[in-house]
Amino acid sequence: MRGKKLAFAALFAASAVVLSSCAGGELTLDVPDVPMHEEMGAFEGELNIVNWSGFVEPAWTDQFTADTGCVVNPRVAGTSDEMVTLMRTGEYDIVSASGDAALRLIVGGDVQPLNVELIPNFSDDIAEGMKGQIYDTVNGKPYGVPIGRGANLLQYNEDVTGGAPESWDVVWESDSPYAGKITAYDAPIYIADAAVYLMYHNPELGIENPYALDETQLAAAVELLKQQNAIIGEYWSDPVAQITSFVGGNTVVGTSWEVLRKFAASENLKTTLPVEGSTGWYDAWLVSSTTSNVNCAYAWMDYTSQADVNGAIAMNFGMAPANIAFCATSPEAQAHCDEFAAEDEEFFSKIWPWTTPIEQCVDGRTDVKCTSFQDWTDAWLTVKG
Amino acid sequence: MSKVDHVVPGTSSVGTEGTKRASTYLFQRSRVRLIGLLALPMTWLVGVYIVSLFLLLVTAFWVINPFTSRVSPGFTLDNFISIIAVPAYLSTSLRTLGMALAVTAIAVVFAVPLGIYMAKLASPLMRNVLAVAITLPLWAGYLVKILAMRLVFTENGFINWALGPLGVQSPGFNVWVAIITLTYLWFPYMALPVFTAIRQIPNSLFDASADMGAKSFATITRVVIPLIIPAIIAGSVFTFSLSLGDYLAARFTGGATQMIGSIIASNINLNPPVAAAFSMVPIAFVVMYLMVARRTGSLERM
Repeated sequence: MRGKKLAFAALFAASAVVLSSCAGGELTLDVPDVPMHEEMGAFEGELNIVNWSGFVEPAWTDQFTADTGCVVNPRVAGTSDEMVTLMRTGEYDIVSASGDAALRLIVGGDVQPLNVELIPNFSDDIAEGMKGQIYDTVNGKPYGVPIGRGANLLQYNEDVTGGAPESWDVVWESDSPYAGKITAYDAPIYIADAAVYLMYHNPELGIENPYALDETQLAAAVELLKQQNAIIGEYWSDPVAQITSFVGGNTVVGTSWEVLRKFAASENLKTTLPVEGSTGWYDAWLVSSTTSNVNCAYAWMDYTSQADVNGAIAMNFGMAPANIAFCATSPEAQAHCDEFAAEDEEFFSKIWPWTTPIEQCVDGRTDVKCTSFQDWTDAWLTVKG
Repeated sequence: MSKVDHVVPGTSSVGTEGTKRASTYLFQRSRVRLIGLLALPMTWLVGVYIVSLFLLLVTAFWVINPFTSRVSPGFTLDNFISIIAVPAYLSTSLRTLGMALAVTAIAVVFAVPLGIYMAKLASPLMRNVLAVAITLPLWAGYLVKILAMRLVFTENGFINWALGPLGVQSPGFNVWVAIITLTYLWFPYMALPVFTAIRQIPNSLFDASADMGAKSFATITRVVIPLIIPAIIAGSVFTFSLSLGDYLAARFTGGATQMIGSIIASNINLNPPVAAAFSMVPIAFVVMYLMVARRTGSLERM
């Protein structure tokens, strides 16, 4: 057991450096034993989805309903935490969870492992960086079907900064020239962004993975967040507020997504990936362990994994599609893939996918206990004061 | 003859045989009548209001599983202790209390002169125009008003556009702008009772005050204010309690300002027991405030 863990540690450390594929899978986690769906049966006639805004639209659900008879009832959630709460009500069959929600749902027994043989479109065309990642592949079992991904980039107002900031220091350090005009993402998972910055600038802390922080490392990250709190203009969780804040001039630099910059439609707003790298959200379909519409859920995952449907979702939301076969389907698709770096593993190798922090260190350390998401939550709420 | 006596005017001949029978039944049984009358309001009060508040209170003692973040029944006082023990929570409670008091104070400072003008000096036309102007914002959506204030104070917004040439700069979003927004939201609830109270002061009191040599300011502080204190307290119950519970004003116009509502909102998904414990804080503040208000006797005049 121990040998296996150490072997994994070495494997993980090696793979984490380049963040190549199959990082997860070997780490043994204590998860409830939830049975897998064995074979497809008759369609139940409905499918209740918790999803990010823009993931479920009539443009592709109509065809799905016509093919299978499964009527789609989408419920839009605003944050990962809301998604977890909604899934735990047991009223929903499937969720488009980001990595920070996925592992929580998996260890909570709220979602079931997937039988990929029943999802023919779950194929080799899935981007390398989205295969078998720790946030949705546990103990070698896949729990999620990748949908798409995006990075948390540094957005800046070029009229004010006069060029791309090279480092995240403009949002963290007290002497930032943009103090008072800085925005940050308003969720506990943002602690990982502080950890990414510390990983680069304070190597003596020994952070190997921003989602595997022991108590000392978490305290250092919280200290940095408190320092940032003094120079923050606004925290954002609502994309509209973030866009109006940038466009209105109240915010000059801060965390953003490529798609928000696009929506802002303002020439002077640009995004960049600073030297420290960053975090990102990798979304996947997860099926509830208590679903009564499991066949519709499988049909939905298979349907949305088709290159064209997956691409339509990615283009509508504004993210890199998981199925990169989509990119070659048209010049328009290729342009989208290029804009969101869909095929650029080099770019995504600098991005740490959102992962729920758990007590077992996901960087493979076994000599310390890591801080759990609950610790992060408690810490985060004390940052803002 | 006696048959007709029991029929309520207006419903006489149109009632069907069934409704007649029902009224006869109810007429003969006062207890059933009482139950029928109270069933709906009591269901609402107990079933919806008191039970949900009680469930909230119970949740405040529950625990959260550190591994799965699931809420499970239990008993702990940690959630309540954290309200005092965590510095960020304590400062947020105190800040919110201060903001609610500031909103109330600002509303009073504006409402009294306005009320005096409207009640005693303005022409009937002007009085109506002002009454409409005060109540009209109540017709607009709450969120719309907050976003409107956001647009006013934003860097490229109204203040910098209109006053920028004069050298006035928008302060950006901070706690003061949140207070201004809250004042804007709740001002009508203060202005209307104050106006009504001043209207009820007989003009002869103003004459008497002037005859005895009091200047305008002395008349206001020594005659008007003491008479309208109950109205001010009635209005402040609204401005104070509504400000205490608000968080969207802080989120959209307060910059990084946190209020009690912000903590509840972020905890509602992350740590429901702490959110439940925290929701008792504004309730405690308001109950204390109402007890003080009751002693002044102003609640009877609302």
